[in-house]
Amino acid sequence: MEAFFAYGFLQRALLAGVFIAIACALLGVFLILRRDAMIGHGLAHVTFAGVALGLFLNYMPLVMAMAIAVGASLIIMKLKNMAGLHGDTAIAIFSSVGFALGVILVTLSQSFNVDLFSYLFGEILAIEPSEVWFSIILAGVVLSLVVVNYHKFMYMTFDRESAKASGIKVNRLDTLLTILTAVTIVLGMKVVGILLVSALVVIPAAAGLQIASNFRQAMLLSTAVSTISVVLGLLFAFILDLPASGSIVLLSFLFFGLIFGFKRITR
Amino acid sequence: MVSPVNEKESLIAIEDVCYDYGHGSVLKQVSFPINSGDFLAIIGPNGSGKTTLLKIILGLLKPTEGKVRIMGKLVGEFSEWQKIGYVPQKVTHIDSFFPASVREVVAMGILSAQRFPRFAKGEDDSILKALQQVEMEKYLNRRIGSLSAGQQQRVFIARAIANQPKILILDEPTTGVDARTQGHFYDMLHHLNQKEKITIVLVTHEIGIMNRHINQVACLNQKLTYHGTHEEFCRSEEFRKMLADGHHLISHRH
Repeated sequence: MEAFFAYGFLQRALLAGVFIAIACALLGVFLILRRDAMIGHGLAHVTFAGVALGLFLNYMPLVMAMAIAVGASLIIMKLKNMAGLHGDTAIAIFSSVGFALGVILVTLSQSFNVDLFSYLFGEILAIEPSEVWFSIILAGVVLSLVVVNYHKFMYMTFDRESAKASGIKVNRLDTLLTILTAVTIVLGMKVVGILLVSALVVIPAAAGLQIASNFRQAMLLSTAVSTISVVLGLLFAFILDLPASGSIVLLSFLFFGLIFGFKRITR
Repeated sequence: MVSPVNEKESLIAIEDVCYDYGHGSVLKQVSFPINSGDFLAIIGPNGSGKTTLLKIILGLLKPTEGKVRIMGKLVGEFSEWQKIGYVPQKVTHIDSFFPASVREVVAMGILSAQRFPRFAKGEDDSILKALQQVEMEKYLNRRIGSLSAGQQQRVFIARAIANQPKILILDEPTTGVDARTQGHFYDMLHHLNQKEKITIVLVTHEIGIMNRHINQVACLNQKLTYHGTHEEFCRSEEFRKMLADGHHLISHRH
């Protein structure tokens, strides 16, 4: 255990992981209640195209992924509002197109290598000091914006029409929430990888929502599940020599299962 | 009888408003004022344009023609929305699993109007006062989805009045509420109108809500067919026509 905290790479992983976990959990609660849980999955696939483009151009895959994910999230939002597409159709379209584009770019650049796999499956234990700061600053911005707009987000999630009638700029906040989600998905990619990042957004929030009797409690429980999953996941990964991404996601699912069971027993 | 728009006395002035969803007109040249102190019922059959008119007043829809002024300002330029409380039609359709307590629902009305709500003071007092006005203070920490439709309706009114608005707008507020609860409900609105001096605008498709508390009536059937006092309305040709068309009158005892 002492060794766990003695390694610099583990300290960095913990620091960045906890910040990103909190951002994922808070946004996850809003996304689930807005019936937008699948946007995390869709944006993760689009993020793959961004990473592939970065690898293809040999230019900062993380930044490219961020730009592509934010752009795609805004187009998805517009399509949902303007094209009259049902439910998750826009997300499904972009999810597939993003992955298809990524596969082509990766093939063209012949970059089916360690770099790509670290993006697909996460590389939190190999996170660089500069990436830690980048992640902490961006996660901090996401958290600050969620805290400042907490009541407005809650109001428009609960009763969109009344929120609009009360003068809240609902469309503007939709855009903000969408951008924050895209940024968080890209950050989460560093922790658990493209293929598992949507789990980090959805599972802790779904666990918190099982037993929360108010919104504040839902936020706190989701954050607790997410943070504990990341910390214990990293610990198990270190001790048992397991992939951190898989450990984190399976632990969060375990917490979801325990909370679900607790709810069934105590009901 | 259709009264002319009198901008000086009116909190809301509806001027020649038309609206078209693209498949025919829903509202045609509707004009009438809503004055301070009114307890106004906007009535008309389903599809008569009542909810559309409300949405235009609230700035949720833009009229195809005409304009609406709130406290002298055009809707597009009006910014003091906290002075208008709104209770929507579909409160019974809220997500019953939404994890919001009654306190949080009422707080939405107060805190979302503030720039940095975390530093707001006195919010608890305002929440409690609003809940006391609708006799729901003992449900403060209950989850909103666990309440009955009538109780939820009261909580939404508390949310709408928590900012101490000048006008309270309610769209079909007694949908899904039993007749006995409706009586209490109109007593509560009467109290808000008389004691708290809140102007009330109520939309309904039933003339059954007509009771002695309502002092103004606007009949809408795409066009404004009547606007005047409740007493005059009960003696009017319009009222007789509505009864003949199958509308029924429920008398609430007070």
